[in-house]
Amino acid sequence: MKVDRRSFLGLGLGAAAGVAVTPATWKLMDDSSIWTQNWPWTPVPPAGEATYDNTVCSLCPGNCGIMVRKIDGRPVKIEGRSDYPVNAGGVCLHGISAIQYLYDPSRIKAPLKRENDTFVEITWDEALDMVAERLTEIRASGSADKIACVTDQTKGTIPGLFARFLKATGSNNVYAMDTMEKTWEITLEKIHGGRSSAGFDLENSDFVLSFGAGLIEGWGSPVKNFKINSSRKERGSTLVQVEPRLSNTAANADVWIAAKPGTEADLALGIAGVIIKESLFNSAFVTASGKGFQELAAVLGKNYSPEAVAQTTGVKAAKIIEIARDFARSSAPIAIAGRGRGMSAGSVREFSAVHLLNCIVGNINTKGGVWTLAAQDYEKWPAVEMDDLATAAFEQAPLDSAGSMAGLFTNAGKEKNIEALLIHQANPCFALGDAGSVTEAVKKIPFVVSFSSVMDETTQEADVILPGHMLLERLEDRPSGAGVAQRVTGLSRPVIEPLFNTKNPGDTLLELARKMEGTIGASFPWESYEECLEAVTGDLWAELSDQGYAAETATPPGGGVKVDFSFIVKSQAPVEMEGEAKDFPLVLVPVDNVRISAGSLISSPFAIKTVSDNVLKGKDLLVEINPETARANKLSHGDLAVIETPKGKATVRVNLFEGIMPGVVAMAKGLGHVLDNNKYVGGKGVNINELMGPIVDPVSGLDAAWGIRARLSRA
Amino acid sequence: MSELEEKTENGSTDASGQDASREQGKKGDAATGYGVLFFIGAFAVCFLSGWLLFPNLLYSKKEQPFNFNHALHVDEMGGCDACHFFREDGSFSGMPKTSQCIECHESQLGDTKDEEIFITEYVEAEKEVPWLIYSEQPDCVFFSHAAHVIKAGMDCRSCHGDIGTSTTTKTYEENRITGYSRDIWGKNIWGIKKNSWDRMKMDDCAECHERETGSKGACFQCHK
Repeated sequence: MKVDRRSFLGLGLGAAAGVAVTPATWKLMDDSSIWTQNWPWTPVPPAGEATYDNTVCSLCPGNCGIMVRKIDGRPVKIEGRSDYPVNAGGVCLHGISAIQYLYDPSRIKAPLKRENDTFVEITWDEALDMVAERLTEIRASGSADKIACVTDQTKGTIPGLFARFLKATGSNNVYAMDTMEKTWEITLEKIHGGRSSAGFDLENSDFVLSFGAGLIEGWGSPVKNFKINSSRKERGSTLVQVEPRLSNTAANADVWIAAKPGTEADLALGIAGVIIKESLFNSAFVTASGKGFQELAAVLGKNYSPEAVAQTTGVKAAKIIEIARDFARSSAPIAIAGRGRGMSAGSVREFSAVHLLNCIVGNINTKGGVWTLAAQDYEKWPAVEMDDLATAAFEQAPLDSAGSMAGLFTNAGKEKNIEALLIHQANPCFALGDAGSVTEAVKKIPFVVSFSSVMDETTQEADVILPGHMLLERLEDRPSGAGVAQRVTGLSRPVIEPLFNTKNPGDTLLELARKMEGTIGASFPWESYEECLEAVTGDLWAELSDQGYAAETATPPGGGVKVDFSFIVKSQAPVEMEGEAKDFPLVLVPVDNVRISAGSLISSPFAIKTVSDNVLKGKDLLVEINPETARANKLSHGDLAVIETPKGKATVRVNLFEGIMPGVVAMAKGLGHVLDNNKYVGGKGVNINELMGPIVDPVSGLDAAWGIRARLSRA
Repeated sequence: MSELEEKTENGSTDASGQDASREQGKKGDAATGYGVLFFIGAFAVCFLSGWLLFPNLLYSKKEQPFNFNHALHVDEMGGCDACHFFREDGSFSGMPKTSQCIECHESQLGDTKDEEIFITEYVEAEKEVPWLIYSEQPDCVFFSHAAHVIKAGMDCRSCHGDIGTSTTTKTYEENRITGYSRDIWGKNIWGIKKNSWDRMKMDDCAECHERETGSKGACFQCHK
């Protein structure tokens, strides 16, 4: 038998014919098509029962009501709570991606202690014992006043527990980030007397004059302001944005005025001068409530004529007069300060100059104006028990007299020593000006305890980490602030069981206090944080726990308000930038980008994915400059360049943008995180705080830096 | 006519030439014979493999975690919806959770080995039973039980057959390529069905939709 070509043909044809009359071919075709539609490696979320839980977002001071959609108890989606007074159904991109924070690769999964350069997992008992013993030793050595605590904010029962713990140990060193809220409080106190928080009734205002406030960049309570801004046209309200670059808010505004950065206060005083000179001010209000108005009018007439202000600010005199007239002739005009997102303090001179505009048109505590809101007083704490050690130490002056976190670390790097530092949801090694020096200062502190949920830059310097629950795992009250003209207290509640071996920082503190025994333990009589919250919120608890929030009606505070114009006359020295113009011809200004979280919170991977290629391309940060600046510095779009300031230098890329003033360099805040495990956010861009230092405001003592001199050259 | 043309027309008149041609013809017949033989052989092997071996190779056989007696439970509990119920929001609960079963089976009720496995390995261990679902559709298929059962008043049996009267759980056959159950394509490898519940492919949905609604339906009705 000879096998030839024909035999092979026969074999092949036979096989083909044989297979063709079986189902195999057709079945395999069908199966392969199904396979291609359902790649086995594509994750498919399991189906299950859908349930919804209400809670309050605690990622920023906006405190939006959110609804968490869960499938078989697993959170899968976040939506805005439509019946919530602050955000009325809206939610921002950080809020919708909050679920990612639960599974963040930087999360700390168990208590850790530092051993040489690494962290070692320990039990909660060991960790708490270590902290209790060390703090007891420090107290025994008479240095209780050298224990400091930094938190993200001062309001609410968790910051309240930290302050109480510090007081019980004998320290009055509790600091929160310097924000516009603090500067507004100081401004209102100086001008009107008494402690109050600023509320801005933007919803009912028909003319908003914003001095750099990024209303759609996340200023104040972000979602609330997005909504207010989007209804502007139908409400017939005008927005005038003063800013050296065409931000989203400026692009969206009716009028954009590009004043030279740092001259906003001068522009406000110039506008006020025109209003007074043309007698457009509310004379009835000024006469009845004002003090020192004549002196102010004289100073403004003399030093802040439209021509003089035009010279300083670069805004034409005619424009200043036009804005002044439009502002004063509106029925509910409001002027607001607090640059970008309002997460930095700013200068009291600038805030008071802006607030002067509200004062002379009499739009204080009226519909559509600025409200002086009394502090929320629902927290009813029992007296702190203090032993002799605590009482004596508590009398000592705080480590920074102004209560500024920036000041605390500047001092820490100098003569005053912090013996122990407790950190709760604050990331000073990243978020404070001159972050490099802050990190050095933190390294020098002998004992650092972090309560953080993630391994951020500050926590990396800790000696002991007592990891906290994340949002969606933790219970916490969230009092309103952030310039909202209504007092709303939200309840952030756990919607799932904690994923890792973490604790609510409230519970951690209670256990720590009990371990320290004596009066400290006695000052914390509650079994759990939940019991403490229920007891401390008192009458409010029923409403809080029932509907998830307690809101007061949004009505202007009653009672008259006094205006001390003489303060504005007194505080006239502008906050100057660091650096000499001859060495550093450009001005570097930080920019808040709504897609990047710039404070202590680290952006989620999703948020970073949405950042434009003109801000962050790959790992490179792009600085914005005018094409004219680029020509002068021999740069073109996309070029690698070195930016240098008196504080440091960094390599960046160049983005040419017609919407920025020549001579100004804008850089996004919140990038350049150093996070070992988080490749999604870590190692991307440059941290502007490495290039800018704090500048102490002469009135408030807070960090008033708004920019720094810089130079830019091809890399 | 030239000599050459004649040769071409009538073939060679040369005797030796005729012999060579005959010889070739014989060889050719033998080669064709082998070719046919190979054809038949290959046909037979592939045909038999396609019908007999292929279905066995395509599906892997898996057993359920333990045996489940539907008939007994339907008797005790009432209809299908006693365990496979609609939630308040109209979504279908599908496979019962252990927490549901615990309502009756907190401890062992009967004396079967299967119930013992359920109690010790799942109830006491607080675990869900990893049931293999015969009617599981690909993720790209959207199906609303509510629209079919509540709105259109269909019987569970129309698609799921007589599973409610079964006393044991049959072997689950998993398609090695798609990962889905054999019941979607149907037991018949040629895809022939006798009953409406024999298959759950798209054509089967379309067939019923066309009959009941006059249209096979649009793509995005099911592929959302």
